[in-house]
Amino acid sequence: MNDFFEIGGVQLKSRLFVGTGKYRSDDLIPAVCAASGSEVITVAMRRVDGSGRGIMGHIPSGMHLLPNTSGARTAEEAVRLARIAKAAGCGNWIKIEVISDSRRLLPDGYATARATEILAGEGFVVFPYINADLYVARACADAGAACVMPLAAPIGTNRGLRCREMIGVLIDEMKVPVVVDAGLGRPSEACEAMEMGADACLVNTGIASSGDAPAMARAFALAVEAGRAAWLAGPGAARSHDEGAAASSPLTGFLR
Amino acid sequence: MEQRNSLCVTVNGQERQVVAGMTVEALLHEMQVDPGRVVVERNLVILPSAEFARVPLLDGDSIEVIHFVGGG
Repeated sequence: MNDFFEIGGVQLKSRLFVGTGKYRSDDLIPAVCAASGSEVITVAMRRVDGSGRGIMGHIPSGMHLLPNTSGARTAEEAVRLARIAKAAGCGNWIKIEVISDSRRLLPDGYATARATEILAGEGFVVFPYINADLYVARACADAGAACVMPLAAPIGTNRGLRCREMIGVLIDEMKVPVVVDAGLGRPSEACEAMEMGADACLVNTGIASSGDAPAMARAFALAVEAGRAAWLAGPGAARSHDEGAAASSPLTGFLR
Repeated sequence: MEQRNSLCVTVNGQERQVVAGMTVEALLHEMQVDPGRVVVERNLVILPSAEFARVPLLDGDSIEVIHFVGGG
């Protein structure tokens, strides 16, 4: 089926993006990538410490790198990190993450929109991580973002599609793709996001925190495919409570 | 007492004494860091990797050595 997800000048077959954080061991990452079929993977940027091994040796070749600006508390810090990511020479995609509240890890929409404008102007392919706020999403899209990435639930919580209602608003209203990012803890939640019409899902903790990360990566991949197939097929209407049931078998020819 | 042939630079937030004339490449080597796997900022300006072997550190320089790590 030719249902590619076109973004940042590439055509992706997989609508599941994965992360590289919080795995029991980074050695799981190649198996997670293989099992998920993902073509997009996120990384963070930090100072080299004593051990200094970094993550790049664990990422299979051919994946599209999506560095995040985690750590940035302001638009200026996000812009600085994005330029550093670009200087690494692995592409010009950037996930803008501007967070100044360490308890809730909710993104600062104002700063994200500002950083989007600057970085899109410098030729970055911008993936802004946002609350499912229509004005913030529009500001990012108008500023040149390639998509918007609303959170399902706060980062790392595995709380699922808590923000489904407002994500649904974005899916209806936005012309740019909507990638549901953060908080998806179970494949069924990613499936529901795709059934609602999301263009893709990004899952990190949901896979990394599982008892068997590669197996869970496969489960998420199947779920994203199922949800997408359902969206394309067009789910049947749901009857109201008052309408009651509607028989699936004929109402004539009963044996009585 | 300051030695004539050593400088004080800040690397990743930590002060460090280095030999005068040390290049960024030599610093990375001393840190046991692969130059191909890092981005270097010198005084908030990104240094192209082609310059690592050419640029000598100066007294008071603030260097950030950054790499990709796991993240979501």
